Amino acid sequence: MSDTLILIPAYNEADGIAQLLRSIRQAFPDADLLVVNDGSKDDTSAKAKESGVTVLSHSFNMGYGVAIQTGYKYACTHGYEYIVQIDGDGQHDPAFIKELLAPVKAGEVDFTLGSRFLWHDSYRPSFSRRLAILFFRKLVTIIIGRNITDPTSGYQAFNKNVMKFFTSDIFPCDYPDADMLITLNLAGFSIREIPVRMYANPSGKTMHSGAKPLYYMFKMCLSILVTLLRTRKFYRR
Amino acid sequence: MTAKQQIFALIVSLTVFVFTIELVRKKRLREEYSLLWLTTSLLMIVLIIKYDWLIILTNLIGAVLPTTTLFLGSILFLVLLAVQFSIKISRLSDQVKDLVQENALLRHEFEKAQLLMEKQPDNDALKKRL
Repeated sequence: MSDTLILIPAYNEADGIAQLLRSIRQAFPDADLLVVNDGSKDDTSAKAKESGVTVLSHSFNMGYGVAIQTGYKYACTHGYEYIVQIDGDGQHDPAFIKELLAPVKAGEVDFTLGSRFLWHDSYRPSFSRRLAILFFRKLVTIIIGRNITDPTSGYQAFNKNVMKFFTSDIFPCDYPDADMLITLNLAGFSIREIPVRMYANPSGKTMHSGAKPLYYMFKMCLSILVTLLRTRKFYRR
Repeated sequence: MTAKQQIFALIVSLTVFVFTIELVRKKRLREEYSLLWLTTSLLMIVLIIKYDWLIILTNLIGAVLPTTTLFLGSILFLVLLAVQFSIKISRLSDQVKDLVQENALLRHEFEKAQLLMEKQPDNDALKKRL
């Protein structure tokens, strides 16, 4: 068993999951792979199992945040020291796992966040998405007092302490993004951004469709507000 | 408030009170959810019988008619009920989340043990664990 777990949350990714797992293995062979199948309606679980990785399956779709927290719980139970989190839709380039993990393994920081905006040829999100990212970028930067360029990135690596912290009720399971970074900062964890390449979603699917972006904006603003209203005691580890 | 209005309000409040008690008796409503229903219907009954208190309350909140106070009380009750349900649903959602996660983790452990069993059918320690 390796000390590093690569966590891949996946929902209806049967078409691309095998290819993604192959690329992750090529890019970073020294890690165990865990796919959390979030109640997919297709063969995501079977395809991932065929690739020889560990698969945890939710009985029904619970959302991205719950899927990654299931992975954290698994990692904690099995004694992993580090987690790298990479989306199952193929947007994140696995070649950057090493860069993302290096500062965490060296003990320089607790948490690294992959930023598409620090890498020169990452894809550009849609205008409305960019606008939302810009808004939360400014907000997070002001609140935590240091520059964060990609607060909505799901490409992350962190150590056991963060992992344990995230398995508690504090973890915002409903779109964990900017509010999660603020929570981490309040809890005293160190954060660093690492340039990574991200691609446009090959399948064109997004978890922000229909009225969801409006709810996302509302939820995130409310979550940030209540996070700030809580006392530091609340985040004590 | 006319006698007709009083009788009607009293019948409605009494019906709600008795119906709630009956639901609790038949175990179709949990005690914790009956609290708001019983308190509100009792309060209504008291205010209808003690009409002077209703008048004082009406003057206190600045309403014109005592019936308005009763309606306002009903709306407040419905709001409180909705808030109670929202809190409960949030808690249930969290519990469902924890159960789904635990189920996924346990299912994985079970499948792993099953696989091991197939490979080592004579392993008694494993058989006992399963």
